[in-house]
Amino acid sequence: MPATIFYLYLIVAVAIISGIRLLSSPEYARWGNIIAAIAMLAAIVLILAQQELLGVGSVAVALLIGSIIGAALAIQVKMIQMPQLVAFLNGCGGAASCLVSLAEAANPATTANMYICGWAVIVGSFTFSGSLIAAGKLSGKVKQQPVILPHHSWLTSGIALLLILYWAFAVYLRFTSFLLYGVILLPFALALGVIFTIRIGGADMPVVICFLNALSGLAASLCGFVTQNPLLVACGAMVGASGILLSQKMCRAMNRNLANVFLGLGVTPVSGKRLEPDSLQLKKEAEMTEEDKFSLSLKILREANEVIVAPGYGMALSQAQFKVWELAEILEARGARVRFAIHPVAGRMPGHMNVLLAEAGVPYDKLLEMDAINEDFKNTDVAVTVGACDVVNPAAIRVAGTPISGMPILKVFEAENILVCNLDERPGYSGVENPLYKEKHAILLWGDAKETLDRLIKGLSDRG
Amino acid sequence: MLVLVFILSGLIGYWVITKVPSLLHTPLMSGTNAISGVTVLGALIAVAVAATTSSKSLAMVAIVLAMVNVVGGFLVTGRMLAMFKKGKGKGRK
Repeated sequence: MPATIFYLYLIVAVAIISGIRLLSSPEYARWGNIIAAIAMLAAIVLILAQQELLGVGSVAVALLIGSIIGAALAIQVKMIQMPQLVAFLNGCGGAASCLVSLAEAANPATTANMYICGWAVIVGSFTFSGSLIAAGKLSGKVKQQPVILPHHSWLTSGIALLLILYWAFAVYLRFTSFLLYGVILLPFALALGVIFTIRIGGADMPVVICFLNALSGLAASLCGFVTQNPLLVACGAMVGASGILLSQKMCRAMNRNLANVFLGLGVTPVSGKRLEPDSLQLKKEAEMTEEDKFSLSLKILREANEVIVAPGYGMALSQAQFKVWELAEILEARGARVRFAIHPVAGRMPGHMNVLLAEAGVPYDKLLEMDAINEDFKNTDVAVTVGACDVVNPAAIRVAGTPISGMPILKVFEAENILVCNLDERPGYSGVENPLYKEKHAILLWGDAKETLDRLIKGLSDRG
Repeated sequence: MLVLVFILSGLIGYWVITKVPSLLHTPLMSGTNAISGVTVLGALIAVAVAATTSSKSLAMVAIVLAMVNVVGGFLVTGRMLAMFKKGKGKGRK
């Protein structure tokens, strides 16, 4: 590689790294994104020039078509659909890496290393089919519940083993033919992606998306080995590392480990041993009518100085984030301080709640991470949970032996009053009953969160 | 040489991303997702060196898919980040 090219690559790589680096501050994140995008554009132009493709019409058309489709998707998508879009785009990246390696393998004049080609095909196509299934699950086109085939684990490991054996066999026999490589590896790897993802349930999706993101990076990186391009290797490796790191973070926040998630374990309801008695007498729910509950809630909200909202995926489902912010603004106008407590795995992808609330207009300095706000619940007049169950379930702390025991939660139960705006009292994804609903200071406002909040907003503005 | 690049960038990536707060994890994911579309560079190289129509057309499709990834990823990240606003005073603008 000529020295100039090397330095240009280096500049692009540094620009992309600093772009990602800037993403860590909400103030400069936009610039980070723009810098990374420009760096990518520069890299494309650089390669076009280097490979003497600048004047080639078909290449320009291909670039253009892809850009138009990508732009159309990005402009139309609603924020609630973000997880499936990211999964889909991820799939496109994986497929592209797979095709590049196939193209290299199919090229009779190739100098590419066939064994690495094989891995790029496997990882790329696995990412592709896995991401499409994940996108389907997230958008509701594929059943969200884990689909478990007979002997699922055996099937998965069997196919994986076959792939590896075949790959080793090909290495041993020094296969160089595209047919033997692509055509045989491809369907197996695709099937593996499907079987792998289909057994993973809806609420575990944050982990899976991160993992697939990591794989798409790895695929791109392998592609870099195939085409002998260091920039590709570098960028792919960075994305891979980022995806792995995020999957770890998500797992930790859900009290699961990767193996559990991937094997679809730990979602069966278990009743556990009580560590600590519910300190509070059970409330006499039956004595309160719906109307009583509402007027009590309004009274509490009117008198509140410190309010924390704890949103969960239910808020996204009911699209209640706009109402949540409307309520918060009314309370703030009355002099209260309203903040939002965001659990790391609330939503269907990491940080999803933040995006939804930002869309509704909530400034980001009101969106607090769990660790930053958890100690404040005890000095809070009202905690409002909106469509959140597992992430506020005190059983995680008080009861041993349940799937969520030990999982970090938002300590909503420490607040002076709790308003629960959830759809119903069914347990969340973990299947663990939520003792929060039995606390004396919890007021249960069942029903669609959007409607519940609307009633509260009307009530507050009626008798200001 | 490439293996070295792989390991180094992996470490740098890990280190850089540790610092991103969970507030911005969704844009981070869509952003890194866009970056994984760098495979478009591979696709371009593959087109340039392709000697047969079949390998050329495979690479062409790869260009399209990778560009969907790149452009879609960066644009959607930009859209999301544009929504993150800092509050003034009591959160009123």
